[in-house]
This record gives sequence, structure tokens and C-alpha cells, in this order.
Amino acid sequence: MATFVFLYFAAVIVMAASLVVVLRNPIYSALSLLVMFFHVAGLYVTLHAEFLAAIQIIVYAGAILVLYLFVVMLLNVKREERFNQQGPVALFLGVVLLTEAALLAVSRGFTVATPDPGREGAAVGNTESIGEVLYSTYLFPFEIASLILLVAMIGAVILSKKGIMESK
Amino acid sequence: MNVPVEFYMVLSGLVFIIGLVGVLVRKNLIIILLSIELMLNATNINFVAFSSHLGNLSGQVFVFFALTVAAAEVAVGLAIIIALYRHHASINVDDFRLLRW
Repeated sequence: MATFVFLYFAAVIVMAASLVVVLRNPIYSALSLLVMFFHVAGLYVTLHAEFLAAIQIIVYAGAILVLYLFVVMLLNVKREERFNQQGPVALFLGVVLLTEAALLAVSRGFTVATPDPGREGAAVGNTESIGEVLYSTYLFPFEIASLILLVAMIGAVILSKKGIMESK
Repeated sequence: MNVPVEFYMVLSGLVFIIGLVGVLVRKNLIIILLSIELMLNATNINFVAFSSHLGNLSGQVFVFFALTVAAAEVAVGLAIIIALYRHHASINVDDFRLLRW
């Protein structure tokens, strides 16, 4: 049953991701990315990461994708050429990566690290336990993340404001 | 927790490769940014799968940080797209040849 659920989510994720690349209209691409985000959130729920599933829907689908759609409709590009001439290079690179992954999977036989038996019973995915880890072990990276957001905010304002660079 | 972690690795690799091909193939700058989001989501799937597999919460915390960086990247990237569109009236990557050798 769990495998069936995973296969459903995986199939929809791969199909929606392909549609993002293939579709001609950017709005349809963004909407297909929305479908993919929701199914990734579903995958997180099956992995007992409920907090991240909620964050995925709120931040990715609610904020980032709305920003994309806003810009797509703001620019309103009429003529659209879909692919450029790098198709063979991209195809070559994709095939090389796929074969490399397949070769690694076959030769190494997927020697994934075994779970730590001591921490197996820990309540993974609980919001409270994520908060404990985030505010103790990863406190300094958390503060740096706020700095990154500040820099991105100032950068976005400066880049998109008209005439702020050539005022002098 | 019946699904083996290898399945998640295969799914994440597939989505990552789709995103990579999208970045290389498409001409529209917005689609290129969407493909970068695809790649970030692929790594996030891997992080969460291993976090659940190993019983370690650090993977989920790193997804949190990746999400922060993705939000910052979107804000700056879309601001760059708007600034470019204002100068060139186009978001086709072939029209920008200022940094091309």
C-alpha cells in the first residue's frame, strides 16, 4: 500500500516536472509546477515530515509560485520561441547523467547507510523536535538565513526600482 | 516506512535531470528559473527521504535552509528579469549578449 502511494506521487511528480519543461505557455508551466509542489508535499506527509509539507505548501505554492505568476502576467510576453539550439548538448548531458546514475546503482548495488538503531525511535517530523534541533544545533545557520533574506530583499528592491542606479 | 530509500533516490535523480535539461534547453528566462526550482525540490526530496530513513532530523532542517535560499533566489532572479525586460523588452536568453564571448 505504501509503495502504491509512493508510485502514484512519483508518477505525478515526474509527469508534472516534464510538463514544466515542455509546455509552451509560462503560465501553464507555473501551474504544472504547482501540481508538482502539492505532490511533493504529499510525499513529505508519507515520510512523516508534516511540518515541511505545510511549509512546502505555504511558502512554495503560496508565496514563490504566486510571485512567478505575478511576473509572468506583468511581463505578458507575446512571441515565444520554445527551445534554443543547445538541445543536443542538453540531451547529451542528460543521457550521461542518467547512465552514470544507472552505472553507480548497478555497480555499487545501492549501499545506503543503515539506520542508526539508537535514534530510530525518535519522533521524526514533529514540529517541536524540528524546532529543538533548529534553535540549538543550527542556531547560527538560522541567523545567517535571516541575513540572506535581508540581502535578497534589498537586492530585489534595488534591481527592480527604476532609475536608482543612474541617479547620480 | 515500507518504501525503500532507493526509490526516493531514483525519483530525486529523475526530477533533477529534468530540471537540468530544462535549464539548458529553454529560452524563456522564467522557465529557466522554474527549472531551478525543480532541481531544488529534487534535492529536498532526497534530504527528507534520508532524514526519515536514518531517523535524523538534520535533513529536514537543511530542507528548511534550502527553502530560504530558494525564496531569496526567486526574489533576486525575478527582479533581474524585470530589470532586463525594462532594458531589452524581452526575456529570451538569446537576446542578451552583453556577457557573451
